[in-house]
Amino acid sequence: MDMKRDYYEDVQFLKDPVQRFWFVVLILALAALPLLVHNYTVYVVNFLAINVMVALGMNILVGYTGQVSLGHAGFVAIGAYGTVLLMTGLHLPFPLALLGAAFIAAGFGFLLGLPALRLEGPYLAIATLGFGLAVTQIIGRWSLFGGRMGLKVPKMSLGPWTLSGDKEIYYVIMTVTVVLGLGARTLMKSRVGRAFQAIRDSDIAAETLGINLAYYKTLSFAVSAFYAGMAGGLYAFVLGFINPDQFTFILSILFLAMVVVGGLGSTLGSVLGGIAVAYLSFRMEVIQELPLLGPVLEAISERFLTVSGLPNVGWIFMGLVLILVVVFEPLGLYGLWLRTKRYWKTWPF
Amino acid sequence: MLPQLLASGLSIGSIYALIALAMVLLYKTSEVPNFAQGDMGMVCAFAAYTFLATYKLPFGWALAGMLAVAMLLGVVFEFVFIRRAKKPTILNMIIMTLGFQLMLFGFAGWTWGADQRHFPFPISDIDAIHLGPVVVSQLNLVTIITALVLMGALFAFFRFTKLGVAMKATQQNAMAARINGIRTKRILAFTFGISSVIGAVAAMLVAPITTLDPTLMWDPLLKGFAAAVLGGMTSLPGAALGGYLLGIIENLFGAYVSLEFKSVVAFLLIIVVLWFRPSGLFARHYVRKV
Repeated sequence: MDMKRDYYEDVQFLKDPVQRFWFVVLILALAALPLLVHNYTVYVVNFLAINVMVALGMNILVGYTGQVSLGHAGFVAIGAYGTVLLMTGLHLPFPLALLGAAFIAAGFGFLLGLPALRLEGPYLAIATLGFGLAVTQIIGRWSLFGGRMGLKVPKMSLGPWTLSGDKEIYYVIMTVTVVLGLGARTLMKSRVGRAFQAIRDSDIAAETLGINLAYYKTLSFAVSAFYAGMAGGLYAFVLGFINPDQFTFILSILFLAMVVVGGLGSTLGSVLGGIAVAYLSFRMEVIQELPLLGPVLEAISERFLTVSGLPNVGWIFMGLVLILVVVFEPLGLYGLWLRTKRYWKTWPF
Repeated sequence: MLPQLLASGLSIGSIYALIALAMVLLYKTSEVPNFAQGDMGMVCAFAAYTFLATYKLPFGWALAGMLAVAMLLGVVFEFVFIRRAKKPTILNMIIMTLGFQLMLFGFAGWTWGADQRHFPFPISDIDAIHLGPVVVSQLNLVTIITALVLMGALFAFFRFTKLGVAMKATQQNAMAARINGIRTKRILAFTFGISSVIGAVAAMLVAPITTLDPTLMWDPLLKGFAAAVLGGMTSLPGAALGGYLLGIIENLFGAYVSLEFKSVVAFLLIIVVLWFRPSGLFARHYVRKV
């Protein structure tokens, strides 16, 4: 069913008219969205799109290249602070500042990739984790970055236009997200992507095939950090105000969770996982407003536990989801989608 | 000044060393870097708090209760979650422990709320003892002694008890251990329990210095993990030494270089050390064969 008969079919962008049709529908739907829904929904969608961007980059590193990172919040922070400081300090226009900050993040990704050449498993985990913590700590203590107080984000402007409000930012964010998503998909079908996957499956075998490990591993870190930096830069505009407490260790865990829940090594998976986990983490602050379940939980907390701690139920749920995904569906939502597709393909039989 | 700094570094280092020991113990047996270690300890500290403050138990009973809770928590974690994963990769393991960590964090937040509490520890943090030129608070002294006693007990356990020897055998070669009649899964569950107990003792010693809230163990856990990596994840003495080393270096850095960046230094140190010795200071570098 999914058989590929030659190389060009493998690298083809959209394989048949049906896919092309749905692709156009998707783009049109995304373009029409702000006209149909109200402001708050657009704000939520912006937030989700930014998480999808990070998940895309994270999947390149974790899913395709097989490295672990627990420090991606650091790259997002670098992107956010970089964009704001380049705009307010050096008075660069917004697109240049965003790209510049993303490249700065990529540079840090390259630096972090250097020790990763020799590290694996828990050693890599602690090195990246340490990086993420160090970034927020340093930002929080340096007056250039506004310290604990944070920085106010200037208005986004594109050439002569000043964009304000969630609906106007939406178009910028969504364009970048779609471009980055297509970019990730294309990159993974190219020579570079195949090299990443070869390293994931066996780095020694990859090296014997002539793949330059040092080059491709650091490249993977750099690309992944670039995505996170880009997302961070745009995140600053969604929030309107940034401070170090927004880029915690928990955020890095959530980014990793997105990739795992969505599906390792799949672009569609990163999109699904980014949306699912981000939406969950967004909604769990108001869990008592859920129909049916909400009042029950509230009653339980009043009787036995604390009401003020009720939003923490979300963390329990999130942790449980992570564990269940690993136990039952290691390919995540993407695996689920594949199985459903296969089941319905031959359905009555 | 210097001996004083060394003494307080030794005290905080003891806590790091205990957490590092707990993590290394588990890592050697199961290759799981347990990110839930800290929050498992945190929940146990909260349990002890409940025994002390709500049920008004004497301290000894509360301590015993807490150790029982810790053992149970570790065994349950292994039995209910870790054992269910089929052929997990290291990444999957990391995800599972992170998931459990989130669950415990949420549970603690829900049960005990976010307000900061004072942990009623019977030994004072203020009354000090003069040891020559050094002034050590009673609590610090107790921390150092507890860590040493626990390490001694651990050493004796691995050396002289049947269970300890079986654990060592499982660590060295699980397959061979199974052939020799050791139930490796049960041993693994015990290892989780014991490392959870060590972590709980560490949490108990952290709680009186700060306030008791669900983020109690985040910083100590990361430092303890850093210490374990510093010493090499596969060496128990290395983990202990790494903990002391980290505590002392951190304290000296805070005093002589910059107090502000004191908590960053551990991680920068890790990155630098791993750069030169990818398996830590005290472990032999393991080269994978094809």
